[in-house]
Amino acid sequence: MDATSSSSSWKGMMEQGNEPHVLAVDDNIIDRKIVEKLLKNSSCKVTTAENGLRALEYLGLGNDQDNSLETSGSKVNLIITDYCMPGMTGYDLLKKVKESNAMKEVPVVIMSSENIPTRINKCLEEGAQMFMLKPLKQSDVKKLRCQLMTRS
Amino acid sequence: MEMCQMRVQVFEYKQSLFREGTLDAQFTQLQQLQDESNPDFVAEVVSLFFEDSEKILNDLTRALEQKCIDFKKIDAHVHQLKGSSSSVGAQKVKNACITFRNCGEEQNIEGCFTCLQLVKQEYLLVKTKLETLLRMEQQILAAGGAIPMIE
Repeated sequence: MDATSSSSSWKGMMEQGNEPHVLAVDDNIIDRKIVEKLLKNSSCKVTTAENGLRALEYLGLGNDQDNSLETSGSKVNLIITDYCMPGMTGYDLLKKVKESNAMKEVPVVIMSSENIPTRINKCLEEGAQMFMLKPLKQSDVKKLRCQLMTRS
Repeated sequence: MEMCQMRVQVFEYKQSLFREGTLDAQFTQLQQLQDESNPDFVAEVVSLFFEDSEKILNDLTRALEQKCIDFKKIDAHVHQLKGSSSSVGAQKVKNACITFRNCGEEQNIEGCFTCLQLVKQEYLLVKTKLETLLRMEQQILAAGGAIPMIE
């Protein structure tokens, strides 16, 4: 399977019976631990990052990296990120992912503790797959998996 | 003490914490995430919460002691604490943070001092109660029983 093509969509990978690899980004250590467990309980392989820059580095999109090379990040099937982070926000991260040829097919989910319609719309317009309100519950992650399974 | 009695005691104690608003449904979510692959999950999360909260409360105390108060920094700290307390189900701490944020937004220094005291109080209360609850639950687990859940 060519990891950089759109055939590495969630659905394709699930049909092969593989565990989806999720990159979870959050500056809050408690939230990182919780989202990691939520995803692991839903049979996902999880990598966590504490900020947008580290996330981009993992994805191979960092400033010092050659964006045309395949890295471990090209095996990521989903990115879930907090919105409010110091430095690079989840929105900034979303934009960078969607601007990159290698990663733009990867679904990005934004989480936030604040229910602000303009914020939500901004993220969805920029290509976010879904917006989720924190604190996350098991039912939220289940819903996320269902949504991604039916994604074309 | 008999297992039955222990479980009833824990159930009633937990129920009282929910009833008085110290804990909310998010705490139950955390407990439901715990399984054989990670039997200390709740204790680990709670421990992280204590560490993180104490650091933030120290930072907030220092921030309010400055001659020139940086309200942006204060807001950032309170936002963090609001997030963590919300994620572990520490409802009263979360609510105290919401009030604190409002004072910060209004740049109400007196209000901020009062709010900080309130947050500290609520934090110490939930810390004591969670430590007690987890200790009681650990005794049940060690004796081979199952933790009663509040639906």
